[in-house]
Amino acid sequence: METEERLRTWLVQGLAGDAGAYQCFLKALSAHVRAFLRRRLAQRPDDVEDLVQETLLAVHHQRHTYRPELPLTAWVHAIARYKLVDWLRARAAKEALTEPFDDADDAFFATADGEAATARRDLGRLLQALPDRQRLPIVHMKLEGLSVVETARLTGLSESAVKVGVHRGLKALAALVKRSAP
Amino acid sequence: MNTDELIRVLAADAQPVPAHGIERRFALAVALGLAGAAALMLGVFGLRHDWGTVLALPMFWGKFALGGSLAALGLAVLLRLARPGMPWRRAARWLALPPAVVWALAGVALAGALPPERLPLLLGSTWRTCPFNIALLSLPALAALFWALRGAAPTRPAWAGAGAGLLAGALGVVAYALHCPEMAAPFIALWYLAGMALPTALGAALGPRLLRW
Repeated sequence: METEERLRTWLVQGLAGDAGAYQCFLKALSAHVRAFLRRRLAQRPDDVEDLVQETLLAVHHQRHTYRPELPLTAWVHAIARYKLVDWLRARAAKEALTEPFDDADDAFFATADGEAATARRDLGRLLQALPDRQRLPIVHMKLEGLSVVETARLTGLSESAVKVGVHRGLKALAALVKRSAP
Repeated sequence: MNTDELIRVLAADAQPVPAHGIERRFALAVALGLAGAAALMLGVFGLRHDWGTVLALPMFWGKFALGGSLAALGLAVLLRLARPGMPWRRAARWLALPPAVVWALAGVALAGALPPERLPLLLGSTWRTCPFNIALLSLPALAALFWALRGAAPTRPAWAGAGAGLLAGALGVVAYALHCPEMAAPFIALWYLAGMALPTALGAALGPRLLRW
């Protein structure tokens, strides 16, 4: 309950535009989402991080649907479950077309918990499809400690162009993720 | 890109989010849908010509009450369906109330009528076209509400589509009541509800296809 309250406070501050609080929220949330998905995808641990990232992207793009009076758990849980079901369904459809995979083999080769933060589908590769004015701000902003001001200086874009580039780039990235699903 | 890097980029995109964006979007969709229904009604069917006298009849207002109450309840349910994790089933139960009232009124009217009068009360003179006319008038609202839902995050797309269809149908009823000459409760209990069921079914079928996010 305490965790929920802390996360909720960060999210509400983030919705008001506080990037620091929002980052704390996403960071803490990602751990919970990862645990949630890992419990449900025990057979496919390599896909967990893909779905963590997809869920975070969805949380970000749907954050306007959160109402402060709504329990945060219910909201986040519904989003994570939706993304999981969507993924499983797409997976099942794909496997119906190709040869069925063997669960036992798959579990045998699976690494248990390693490399929590590495996804199988590299968002960095999807990023290559975006135009420079969207790709470059994202590439720079993902590096630790680089601010909008510094990114603007490094890319030669204005600060507002950096913000717009990040915003549109994330939208485009989410669309690419949706299309590339699994 | 690892997850921590993604989080940094997402945090860089933390612009303030307006608090009632979704409500505003749906309000706009309802307004557009109602305007579209009214324009279609005027263009395709035309107003009733007995305006002056009909305004005094309770059944004229009863049709508005049916459409209006279902639209209000439907909007409340749809706003819940648009947000992940929001309970909506309890709110949806209230949707049974307006049809129940209309069916009760229809039952009373049928019970009080002589047997040979009953079928005409049910069929009126426009039963062949009424449901399709209402469905036609609901189409602008259905399109507008799907647009609104695509700006939200419905986790039950078929139900959200059905909710949008029902709300669109109720708005269609409001517009169609200005044209429709039928005044018998049994007719309305049957054909008006059938008219709203058509866009509801259409919405339920389209939801899973169009509302993915």
